Amino acid sequence: MRLYGSGLTLSYDQRVVATGLDVTIPDGSFTVIIGPNACGKSTTLRALARMLKPRAGAVHLDGSVITSLPSKEVARRLGLLPQSSIVPDGITVADLVSRGRYPHQRLMRQWSKQDEVAVATAMESTGVTDLADRCVDELSGGQRQRVWLAMALAQETPILLLDEPTTFLDIAHQIEVLDLCADLHEQGRTLVAVLHDLNQACRYATHLIVMRDGRIVAEGDPTEIVTAELVQEVFDLRCEIVEDPQSGTPMIVPEARRRTRAPA
Amino acid sequence: MTVLRLGPWSVRLSPRGIAVAAAMIVVGVAVSLVALSTGEFTVPIPDIVTSVFGQGTPAAELIVGRLRAPRVVTGLVVGAAFGLSGAILQSLTRNPLGSPDFLGFTAGASTGGILAVVSGGSAWQIAGGSLLGCVASALLVYGLAFRGGVQSYRLVLVGIGVGAVLVSVDWYLLTRANINDAASAGTWITGSLSGRGWDHAIPVACALLLLLPVCALISRPLRMMEMGDDAARAAGIGVEKVRAAAVVTGVLLCGVATAAAGPVIFVAMAAPQLARRLSRSPGVTMIASALMGAVLLVTADLAAQRLFAPVQLPVGIMTAAIGGTYLVFMLRKERR
Repeated sequence: MRLYGSGLTLSYDQRVVATGLDVTIPDGSFTVIIGPNACGKSTTLRALARMLKPRAGAVHLDGSVITSLPSKEVARRLGLLPQSSIVPDGITVADLVSRGRYPHQRLMRQWSKQDEVAVATAMESTGVTDLADRCVDELSGGQRQRVWLAMALAQETPILLLDEPTTFLDIAHQIEVLDLCADLHEQGRTLVAVLHDLNQACRYATHLIVMRDGRIVAEGDPTEIVTAELVQEVFDLRCEIVEDPQSGTPMIVPEARRRTRAPA
Repeated sequence: MTVLRLGPWSVRLSPRGIAVAAAMIVVGVAVSLVALSTGEFTVPIPDIVTSVFGQGTPAAELIVGRLRAPRVVTGLVVGAAFGLSGAILQSLTRNPLGSPDFLGFTAGASTGGILAVVSGGSAWQIAGGSLLGCVASALLVYGLAFRGGVQSYRLVLVGIGVGAVLVSVDWYLLTRANINDAASAGTWITGSLSGRGWDHAIPVACALLLLLPVCALISRPLRMMEMGDDAARAAGIGVEKVRAAAVVTGVLLCGVATAAAGPVIFVAMAAPQLARRLSRSPGVTMIASALMGAVLLVTADLAAQRLFAPVQLPVGIMTAAIGGTYLVFMLRKERR
């Protein structure tokens, strides 16, 4: 396994989010981490992306403790799309995407031929090539998220972590971003994403990690692990599991308290 | 963006940025020449050139070499240092108000300087006092604003608060000082280039030479950090190291500039913003900010000397008037 964390104790200041957490990302998977609010899913992702230093335990990348590797070296293997980034004033799409090339550049090698190709490819596969000269400030939320994704892609890392990539997007743009992620996974990348929507997670994940209170409650292929009991245990929600008519993956239908169908 | 490549090396330049930098160099040289040549005693421009090379008439050499040139050079280097300091600190705080004027660093430098003035210190002690004051206020503001990390808004608000307290300390010191010390402190506190000699210009120039490579090294990481700490870290930037280097560089530049010319306000705030808007660059532009600072300060000093002649205004009054107008303009634009 290229990326895993073992015995992680994660905390923000005094608040401990998880203790003794072991988490493994299968190579070549599209792993989705899911769980109720404050279950530690984003924290876990941040630890895997070395944004958060674990109080105990360590994250390993390619056999080495991630913090022992040179930071730029890690950035050439593992990319992160943070939950929120700041758009610099007046920056164009092409400029922003180019910034993804930073770990491949040096003071005296600011723009190689490879940089150019990588940026063009990243914009192509996220469908933002036509927006290249537009200002990022003027774009819609969905377009903007595709631009950020393009920047992460331009970094050309075999592993890509995404922290809630669909938050603040409407349903159509959520599906657009997730389809794009599925394409990227198909091209051979390992993807790890934190998502909120259980149905979307089931549909797109090849490996699902379900968390609650800083622990992993279940993990594996969504079709095998997602049951009504699991949802009840993790989300305190009574539900029925049906087959997603489109993808055949589990689909959660929450129990209705008020508007139930009249008995036939 | 144009790319220059030579073997394995490549640099990326924006044609507009280069044009803006070239234009500022032309304006800077022109304004400097006017400042060197005009005044109570006009020295024709050819004579300036000869006197620079030590071939001029004794009168021209005295006026240009001893009086006007050091003042112009001090203006240029102090302006450049303020411009760089503002560019670094604004980029770091991701806030146009994050310049040393608003963070209380300039105020700290003036309190340090005034302490030295009223206790009858020499020129060197005044310079040292203001440098120390600048560093001390930076430490104080950072310490007060620190809460498991430093947020830009808290930093600016704490800076404004600390600045206000320091200004009242300044006035207290002035009321306690004897009349002569108070008068010279009064000129110093507004920021002035009058009577500046080579011993003012050279230390600032040396500091610039020393810190420019640091600025070059941190400019690209700083630009990445403007997108947020996470985005920068994900790109492999040691955010803490870059931030520490940037703060130290920004504070030192502001400190040495203030030590030489007193707290000339608004140059550090306005220069990077103007440079950025002119060159339409997203993010910090070190060279353009330095050039813009230099041009702004020599131009303001020339205006302060000539506009109300024979009355000579301290340059700080001029920059405050220009910068204040600019601030109002900027805030009005931001509102929309």
